[in-house]
Amino acid sequence: MCVLAHVLEANGIATVALVSVLAVAEKMRPPRALYCEFPLGRPLGVPGDADYQHAVLRRAFALLDAPSGPVLETYPDLIETDDTQPIACDLPPRFDPNLPAAVDEATALLPAYERSRAKRGTSVGRTTDGQGIPHAVGALVRIATGTPWTEAGLPGDPISVAHDVRTFYEEAAIELASAPAHAGGAEAWFYEQTECGRTLLAARRAMKDAGAPFAFWLYMARATRQ
Amino acid sequence: MSGDVEMRAYASGLPAPEFDSTAWQVPPALADATVAIVTTAAIHTAHDSGFTGTDTGFRVIPTGARDLMLGHWSPNFDRAGFALDPNVVFPVDRLSELAARGELGRVAPRHLAFAGNQEDTVSRVRLDSGPAAAELLRGDGVDIALLTPV
Repeated sequence: MCVLAHVLEANGIATVALVSVLAVAEKMRPPRALYCEFPLGRPLGVPGDADYQHAVLRRAFALLDAPSGPVLETYPDLIETDDTQPIACDLPPRFDPNLPAAVDEATALLPAYERSRAKRGTSVGRTTDGQGIPHAVGALVRIATGTPWTEAGLPGDPISVAHDVRTFYEEAAIELASAPAHAGGAEAWFYEQTECGRTLLAARRAMKDAGAPFAFWLYMARATRQ
Repeated sequence: MSGDVEMRAYASGLPAPEFDSTAWQVPPALADATVAIVTTAAIHTAHDSGFTGTDTGFRVIPTGARDLMLGHWSPNFDRAGFALDPNVVFPVDRLSELAARGELGRVAPRHLAFAGNQEDTVSRVRLDSGPAAAELLRGDGVDIALLTPV
């Protein structure tokens, strides 16, 4: 992003950048930057809080008053990610014992996902839509239980499938949770509490052990998840 | 240690493109300026093509678009915030509110999204898509770009 700030500024557009990694901004010296130590993925800080977001924007736009640059300031608030504490979100009971648990679970979450999609839109769709998620999860189950990843029936590349599956679950969780998801909470719920999250990580380990391309297995889940 | 702490430490150690100097524009006063969002969150509208893993181009997002999808390839950030409220990444409603209050002049008719996961040299963004984006923004009368990451 700091590159874009340089390029746009050099081509006639004044820029104000919200930056999320201080050391990168210090190295790259974009014209005007406000470092916000907020959860990665939430550069305006707090979803659903217009006043908070306005305050961040006002602080950023105030950098336009600087007579010369580069200018780099730090926003005074700090918001931490807590990816150790899953959001409170009940999982559906087992319904069809003939299905793998993760597929059964994904199928049962489909109505909640559809309600969320109707309200908020969706970021699922890189390889399949919501209806196709149980099938994608089935492919992950097969990889986790020994089928070569190239023969498991993934609807797309493993990274994109993992994106769609995780996003489906997190959007369903937002619909089901009793409180808005704190940063890292939906992710923790997915990886630690759902059959699908555990299956995805198992599939990723299986791909790694089988010598799948590094990027394909690494980017299936957050790098710090094992 | 949260995943964010580890990711920030990792990103801090990566090589970064260097610039000999920092360009500097003097825009109109904010209350008279036209402002666009340029995000590196790889957001796109539902009917537009998604980003590929090595995508160096950009997508155009009309101000009124609400069928936004988060297409970034990295799994290393919170996605639930965007699902709850896209303004936490793409604050177009917040800009409109500031414009309605007279704090900024006008929200641009179009905004741009790049993918933050770029090749190390970022040469295509520096030489091709970045200048093309600036040309598009200038054509829309944009004075100020607000850059947001994920």
